[in-house]
Amino acid sequence: MQTHEAKRVEITIEAPMERRLVRALKEAGVAGYTILPVLGGYGRSGEWSREGQVSRAGGMVCVICILSEDRLQPLLEAAFAVLERHLGVVCVTDCEVLRPGRF
Amino acid sequence: MSDILDLAAGNLISPIILSFALGGAAALARSDLSVPEAAAKALSIYLLFAIGFKGGASVAGHGLDGTLILSLGTGIVLSVLLPFVAFALLRAMTRLSVVDAGAVAGHYGSISIVTFVAASSVLASRGIGAEGYMVAVAAIMEAPAILAALWLVVRKGGGGGIDAGLWREILLNGSIVLLVGAFAIGWITGPEGLAEIDSFIVAPFKGVLCLFLLDMGLVAGRNLRASGKVITPGLLAFGVLMPLVGSLFGLAAGLALNLSTGGVVLLMTLAASASYIAVPAAMRVALPEANPSVYLTLSLGVTFPFNLTLGIPAYVALASLTTGG
Repeated sequence: MQTHEAKRVEITIEAPMERRLVRALKEAGVAGYTILPVLGGYGRSGEWSREGQVSRAGGMVCVICILSEDRLQPLLEAAFAVLERHLGVVCVTDCEVLRPGRF
Repeated sequence: MSDILDLAAGNLISPIILSFALGGAAALARSDLSVPEAAAKALSIYLLFAIGFKGGASVAGHGLDGTLILSLGTGIVLSVLLPFVAFALLRAMTRLSVVDAGAVAGHYGSISIVTFVAASSVLASRGIGAEGYMVAVAAIMEAPAILAALWLVVRKGGGGGIDAGLWREILLNGSIVLLVGAFAIGWITGPEGLAEIDSFIVAPFKGVLCLFLLDMGLVAGRNLRASGKVITPGLLAFGVLMPLVGSLFGLAAGLALNLSTGGVVLLMTLAASASYIAVPAAMRVALPEANPSVYLTLSLGVTFPFNLTLGIPAYVALASLTTGG
């Protein structure tokens, strides 16, 4: 089956920033995104886990979006404006999709 | 003094405190005991709904008196004032930066609803009544401290700010909406409404509180294990001193308002407690440079256990002494 090249952007961010990030992504013109819960992790700011958290403050979420390469830079600029001062990781990888018109 | 020690000793062997201790010990011993996020959330929803509903039903049953508005206003003043006190103490006792001190100060001006619930439970078990509207005072004290703390940080040149989205998130925080909403339902439906659902929100209340505090113990223990090293002797001293200072402000305000003994205890507890639900989320957005390990560990790992074990009995004893209750 024919596949087409695209970019997969994976942003792990503090849960309280989720709403702001997805608003920025929409404004940057992404066609869609998926939000995944993250169980826990460890990084420069220490160890964290979502277990037992009644507040979202200590949790992280992962926002994934797939897009064509020409849309990548505006999206990264929009995401960076939100993420600049916050904990998080932005990762861009190559991927292949079946229906390129959707991204 | 012996009264305070007797109260503290009785409090320490209550199921609520022992559940918290079990959670803390399990986390510190690296047990795999855990309460899933969704279960913890459900327990907190139950507790907020129950305490709000019972407060509203109590107001409907006993009627409103003139001190309601005054108590709400006093709650706002305390919530704005306490971050300034906390900030001054932090700058004098610790080497925290302006941003970290401001973030911590915001937590100590706001309130811990679980500490409030625990104090209500202690009062109920001792047959001490309190004004039902103290629930509304608790809700109104959540947010002003955040604004006061951010103002402090901005004034000291530490950055930070508040946008329209953050305003909405602070004022429509889920715990505030649920607490105020349940209070309104309890007020509208009154004692008859409470009678309809009391088998759900009265009888199981303490058992649910035990499970919730087991989880709080786990969270506090994990936090201490992971971030305990950030707590210097100065911060530890602040985590114990600040609730005592706050409780004295609450005591003075409660006496000035002529509240009942239970009402004074609850106002002291609110002024003595530190937030770990609403404020941390707001601080992550407004002051991301502040170290969450400092404010969460202080609030959850030091002040919350202190209030639960020694603070509340001391506030009950002091309020009883000063009100003659």
